[in-house]
Amino acid sequence: MAMTVHVDIVSAEGAIHSGLATMVYAPGEMGELGIAARHSPLITRLRPGDVRVENDHGEMEHFYVSGGMLEVQPDVVTVLADTAVRAENIDEAKALEAKRRAEDALAGQTAEFEYAKAQAELAEAIAQLRAIEKLRKMKGR
Amino acid sequence: MAGAKEIRTKIASIKSTQKITGAMEMVAASKMRRAQDRMNASRPYAEKMLQVIRHLAKASPEYRHSFMAQSREIKRVGYIVVSSDRGLCGGLNSNLFRRLVVEIREKQNEGIETRFCTIGSKALGFFRRFGGKVEAQVTQLGDKPHIEDLIGTVRVMLNLFEQGEIDAVYIAYNEFVNTMTQRPTIRQLVPLKADDEMRPSGPVWDYIYEPDARLVLDNLLLRYIESLVYQAVVENGACEQAARMVAMKAASDNAGNLIDELQLVYNKARQAAITQEISEIVSGAAAV
Repeated sequence: MAMTVHVDIVSAEGAIHSGLATMVYAPGEMGELGIAARHSPLITRLRPGDVRVENDHGEMEHFYVSGGMLEVQPDVVTVLADTAVRAENIDEAKALEAKRRAEDALAGQTAEFEYAKAQAELAEAIAQLRAIEKLRKMKGR
Repeated sequence: MAGAKEIRTKIASIKSTQKITGAMEMVAASKMRRAQDRMNASRPYAEKMLQVIRHLAKASPEYRHSFMAQSREIKRVGYIVVSSDRGLCGGLNSNLFRRLVVEIREKQNEGIETRFCTIGSKALGFFRRFGGKVEAQVTQLGDKPHIEDLIGTVRVMLNLFEQGEIDAVYIAYNEFVNTMTQRPTIRQLVPLKADDEMRPSGPVWDYIYEPDARLVLDNLLLRYIESLVYQAVVENGACEQAARMVAMKAASDNAGNLIDELQLVYNKARQAAITQEISEIVSGAAAV
């Protein structure tokens, strides 16, 4: 029986795979990695690509990852997969987008603010009318 | 009596409202179950990451990322506020905002400035009314939030932190205790609180790093914080559905009570009308 290593593939949105394997292949940042059981501890970033897991029945399973991290310990291999394509400039663009949204939302403030103000004024006017009506009734009696 | 017809239409309208709240309750119940599943599904990732970060902190104490530094004096803080996009979920959002306002007042008394990032349209609406410096926002995440949509917002806060604009980042969200209870929670995200397991102790072994420890740790920390935010969003989503379910159940029950009461009033009105009619006929006959 070949030596096996436990493989977990998890992403932030859920677990993808968990099981035993005799060999794991992953697209590391510095090149393709092949990991067998009792590999020394290693940690690396992953490039987008195919993670292949050869399970203990000798079958090959494929998982596509759009990047992430790979952690290797002698008896456990963990793939922390990204769920989105990541790059410094894409992240930065997203940050700018989030900022712009906030600015837009706050710029739209005036219209809504005026609406709220008008509503308050209306409520006050109605209250005044009611008071006047009450006074009239009292006088009429 | 004139009221009979009006009471009947009122009963009919309450009945249709009850149908709507009943349907919303059932929809919320099924969505809650799915939201809870998502909540549990995201845990292994964050836990695994924390393990690796702890190990890295232990193995390479010479490199301290700014997210882990503890020394800065706190003058300005940032809050990431997680809320729902829609209302009709009881006091869920208002409880959170009330808790937050107390916290903000405390900080103001200590002379600490506050900045905000909002997730969900209720939080954005709140800061419009309340006033506050909103740096970034994201709304309309839907029932299945994706981490991709959160990257930008989190990034803005982390950038501010790295530039020294803010000295700590907190996240405010509702913690899912059970279906009946959701607890407004404020947690510190950055700097990461060092726990005992991060201190160097015991036999030290180290990873082989590709390309190097610094890059790997930077990447891990960023993703770890994102996953914490994602978890908060998912948990808040489960809270929203649970709160909505409870609120809609209460609304349906109230509608039921109201219908019972109105039915009694209606019966009385009908009986009075019949009695009046009979007495009119009888007195008419007696007069002849």
